[in-house]
Amino acid sequence: MTRLLFFGRLRDVAGCSERLVDLPSNIGTVAELRAWIGEGDPNLGAALETRGVHVAVDQVICNRATEAVRGAGEIAFMPPLSGG
Amino acid sequence: MIKTLVSLDAFAPDAELARFAAARGENSGAAVSFVGYCRGTSAHGPVTQLELEHYPGFTEAEIERITLDVAGKHNVADVLVIHRAGAIEAGAPIVLVAALSSHRAAAFAAVEEIMDYLKTDAPFWKREVGPAGARWIEPTSEDQCRREEHNG
Repeated sequence: MTRLLFFGRLRDVAGCSERLVDLPSNIGTVAELRAWIGEGDPNLGAALETRGVHVAVDQVICNRATEAVRGAGEIAFMPPLSGG
Repeated sequence: MIKTLVSLDAFAPDAELARFAAARGENSGAAVSFVGYCRGTSAHGPVTQLELEHYPGFTEAEIERITLDVAGKHNVADVLVIHRAGAIEAGAPIVLVAALSSHRAAAFAAVEEIMDYLKTDAPFWKREVGPAGARWIEPTSEDQCRREEHNG
């Protein structure tokens, strides 16, 4: 199982701060994951595509949508950081 | 000593600073500190509470990484960073950054640079709560410009 985490306004769009999912075997990259989420929840999928949304896989920031998510325990979607 | 902490509980900046400064070495001739408080107003009206969401583990690691980086850059051996997360009432302390150094310039520079980082790039998501409801806050262009100055 993989934990998907949603922070800030993405949590509002998702309606929860986290989801436990079984990633299908054909989901291998950040871009594919976003598209997969969008199939089940178009509003959330669109929000995840918004400019400035960062993705961290097992607490490491991904710089490219082609980075791998397969086997990840935790994937976080983070809107632009607002600082403290 | 470099110490960084994200706290869900309220903290007392005066007591923390006194404890931190009391442990200074004989070569520390300067203690510089900054305390940030939750304002009761914003550009959008009265603020009763600020909600600071963080990513447990990730946020702490990022703050520690930047603090170590800035401390090394300014050759400051002692830095304390305490940052609140969770629900913060207007008027309550949000952040304390303090540095000890031989002379004041390095401590001032380190505190300012860490604060500029915390205000723009630290992994927090901020929501203001007021009589009109709640709204998410994203960084200002002024904050971004100040951050970029340090990277120039």
